[in-house]
Amino acid sequence: MIGLEHYLTLAAMLFVLSIAGIIINRRNLILLLMCIELMLLAVNFNFVAFSRYLGDESGQIFVFFVLTVAAAEAAIGLAILVVLFRNRRSIAVQELNTLKG
Amino acid sequence: MMLHSILFYIFALAMLGAACGVVFSRNPVHSVMFLVLTFFQSALLWLLAEAEFLAIVLVLVYVGAVMVLFLFVVMMLEVDIEAAKRGLSRYAPLGIGIALIMVVELVQLIWLRSQGIASTSGFATMPEGYNNTKALGAVLYTEHAYAFEIAAVILLLAIVAAITLTLRKRPGIKVQDISAQVAVRARDRVRLVKMEVEKKQ
Repeated sequence: MIGLEHYLTLAAMLFVLSIAGIIINRRNLILLLMCIELMLLAVNFNFVAFSRYLGDESGQIFVFFVLTVAAAEAAIGLAILVVLFRNRRSIAVQELNTLKG
Repeated sequence: MMLHSILFYIFALAMLGAACGVVFSRNPVHSVMFLVLTFFQSALLWLLAEAEFLAIVLVLVYVGAVMVLFLFVVMMLEVDIEAAKRGLSRYAPLGIGIALIMVVELVQLIWLRSQGIASTSGFATMPEGYNNTKALGAVLYTEHAYAFEIAAVILLLAIVAAITLTLRKRPGIKVQDISAQVAVRARDRVRLVKMEVEKKQ
C-alpha cells in the first residue's frame, strides 16, 4: 500500500539527485537552474504527500504558490542568463569572476 | 490496490531515471527534454495521490510555459558542449558521494521515525463526489486570498523584470518613428509649382 513514506522517500531521492546535479554540473549555469527546478519539485512532492496524509488542502495551496514563485524565478533567471551571454559570450560559471568573490 | 502500487513504482522509477538524465546528460537540450519527462511522471504520481488539480497545473504551466522558456534559452545560447564535458570527471565522485550519504540518512530517517505511527496504510480515500479543484478554490479564494494577490504581484514583477532586463536598443536598425509619422503635414511633403505651359517645338 502506497502511503506517506513512499512519497517522502521518492522526494528525498529526487532532492538528493538534484544536489548531486548541482555539484556535478557546476560549470553550466543552465543546468544549475534546471537542478533548482528539480529541487522545488521534490519539495512540492513533500507538500502534496503531507497534504493528503493530514487531509488538509493548505499543503496543496502552498504547492500552488511554490509553482508561481518558481515560474517567476525561472523567467528572471533566464533573462539574467541571456543578458550575461550577450555581454560575455559565455555562461561558464568559472569565467564569471569580475567581482573577484 | 495492487495495481496502484505497481503504477506508483513504474512512475517513480521513470521519474528518477529521467532526473538522472537531466543531471548526467551532456547536451543541455537533452537535459530539458528529460526535465519535461520528469515533470510528466510527477504529474502522474500526483494524480495517483489524488491531487488532480496540481497535476494538471504542473503539466500546463510547467511543461507548457516554463520548460518551453528553458528550451528557447538553451537553443538561443550556443553552449559549447565540449567545454561543459570536461568538468564531469573532477566533480562526479564528490557529488555522487554526498548524494549517497544524504539519501541513506534521509531514507533511514523517514522509515525509522514512522515505526510508531501507522502511516503505511496509505492515504485516506476521498468521499464520493469530492472535487479537488472545487475544494482548493474554496480555500484559495477565502483563507489565502492575500497570498493569492501577492502571487499575482510576483508574476507581474517577473514580467516587468524579464522585459526590462532583455530589452535593448540597437543602433542602426530601421524602425518606425510613430510621432514623426503622425506629425507630418501635407504642405511639408507636397510642393505645388506654378509654371508656364511650354510651347511645342
